[in-house]
Amino acid sequence: MSTPNAHYGFAERWLPRLVLAPSFLLTLVFLYGFIAWNGYLSFTNSRLLPNYEWAGLVQYATLFENERWWVAVRNLGIFAVLFIGGAMAIGITLAILLDQKVRGEGAIRTLYLYPMALSFVVTGTAWKWMLNPGLGLEKLMHDWGFTSFTFDWLVNSEMSIYTVVIAGLWQSSGFVMALFLAGLRGVDDSIIKAAQIDGATLPRIYWKIILPALRPVVFSTLMILSHIAIKSFDLVMALTGGGPGFSSDLPATYMYSMAFTRGQTGLGAASAMMMLATVAAIVVPYLYSELRKDSHG
Amino acid sequence: MANSEKFWRFALYGALLFAAAYYLLPLYVMLTTSVKSVEEIRVGNLLSLPMAVTFDAWSKAWSTACTGVSCNGLSGYFWNSVQMVIPAVAISTMLGAINGYVLSKWRFRGSEIVFAMILFGVFMPFQVLLLPMAQTLGMFGMANTTAGLVFVHVVCGTASTTLFFRNYYVGIPDELIKAARLDGAGFWRIFWRIILPMSTPIIMVTLIWQFTQIWNDFLFGVVFASGDAQPITVGLNNLANTSTSVKEYNVDMAAALIAALPTILVYVFAGKYFVRGLTAGAVKG
Repeated sequence: MSTPNAHYGFAERWLPRLVLAPSFLLTLVFLYGFIAWNGYLSFTNSRLLPNYEWAGLVQYATLFENERWWVAVRNLGIFAVLFIGGAMAIGITLAILLDQKVRGEGAIRTLYLYPMALSFVVTGTAWKWMLNPGLGLEKLMHDWGFTSFTFDWLVNSEMSIYTVVIAGLWQSSGFVMALFLAGLRGVDDSIIKAAQIDGATLPRIYWKIILPALRPVVFSTLMILSHIAIKSFDLVMALTGGGPGFSSDLPATYMYSMAFTRGQTGLGAASAMMMLATVAAIVVPYLYSELRKDSHG
Repeated sequence: MANSEKFWRFALYGALLFAAAYYLLPLYVMLTTSVKSVEEIRVGNLLSLPMAVTFDAWSKAWSTACTGVSCNGLSGYFWNSVQMVIPAVAISTMLGAINGYVLSKWRFRGSEIVFAMILFGVFMPFQVLLLPMAQTLGMFGMANTTAGLVFVHVVCGTASTTLFFRNYYVGIPDELIKAARLDGAGFWRIFWRIILPMSTPIIMVTLIWQFTQIWNDFLFGVVFASGDAQPITVGLNNLANTSTSVKEYNVDMAAALIAALPTILVYVFAGKYFVRGLTAGAVKG
């Protein structure tokens, strides 16, 4: 670490701080200041326009009694569990398969990962067409002779959230594969060889030795996926628009429609604070442990 | 033994091919649908090959399809995105490089706290910024402008760019800096002469990461821009959700491909850096 010394002079000592200052100020004002501002709004009666008169917890009370909010929270639960679990399962499986000295690995990897370069709006638009009842998947199955096949999840309020899971998995599972493949390549070969000499089978080696060694990768992948899940907005907007009705709402789309289309600024602010609290509960301990690890070398 | 070995290799390649088909099919469906006519979409199915290839849907998506009330296609939105993405990527990358340099090579008392504060910006849900930001942009007359969007992307993107550069620069030996300082080189000279020439890989990673993020953003586009400044993702969403008497899925798919083309090209030509950027956020060091 290069701590500035006295003989480097005034400019050298203050220049780093000065250079960092603009970004620090931007962060302070536009991230933390705005969190405070939004927090304050959540304690007011703001409707279409912000109103800065203190109103206590009234918006939170409204939020917690709002059926639509609970639909959004429940959907986030369903989406997060299936999306994170599914992406991990698909990603880890593909990474292990690709790790078996496969021919053309580079090309296959490229294919698995390209959806990650697309925006969720593109993914949503594409899946909306493929899953549409009538001309999409349903028609295909009918043409193949399965005439009683029906697939109406996009317009079925019981099932609409699962279409978001399907499209989300398609987009993000390759990413999990890439993270784990990189991790697998980092595992020391000699441990695996030693286990093989001891007569351990391949599945056992992966399950007992390699995956435990990848704990940090598992951990950071879980962080990233839960973060994607909580922030999910575009995919729902493009695929279902939150519908039918509000059956596929997530907290992010709920916040958007309260704050920007229904003139419920205070309620939108309160729901945003709930999202922040959820993310902070997951991320702050993670960042804390990462930074501590860092400073201990 | 040899037979069961063969069987497993066969099963392995089978599984890998099956997965490849799963990832590729949507792209195949988008491409084939976009060159079919509406009539052909009605009689065929998702997987049927186009009988007569036509690019009508592409030209309609580009210049005459309706996106809400106006019917000028996606071209305007596309150029809005270009005008937004270039300055936003350039500024956030430059800020990230300088921040990363200070936070790794010129640490001072409290700089770790500054880093932690900036880092939280990578993770925070941007929903908490939307309402105050909308107010602020309005106050400064930047609501519904490309400049406003550039500003928001710079503020929100600097967290990731700082993280990228800082983690990369931590790996450059401090001895190099010390030696340069003994030779009398100062803060800027070391940055320009030593650090920056070593930064090509991380600059590529950051440029590509930021380009993909900002080009693909929908949240800020839909909240902070309306009409003339809306980016391509908003245009695509409007187009796909504009109800027409006959749903023209071919135009939707052509529009989706137009919106996806720049990031797909980046992925094809610089995939290596793209993957590194994805993993850089996850695997530290």
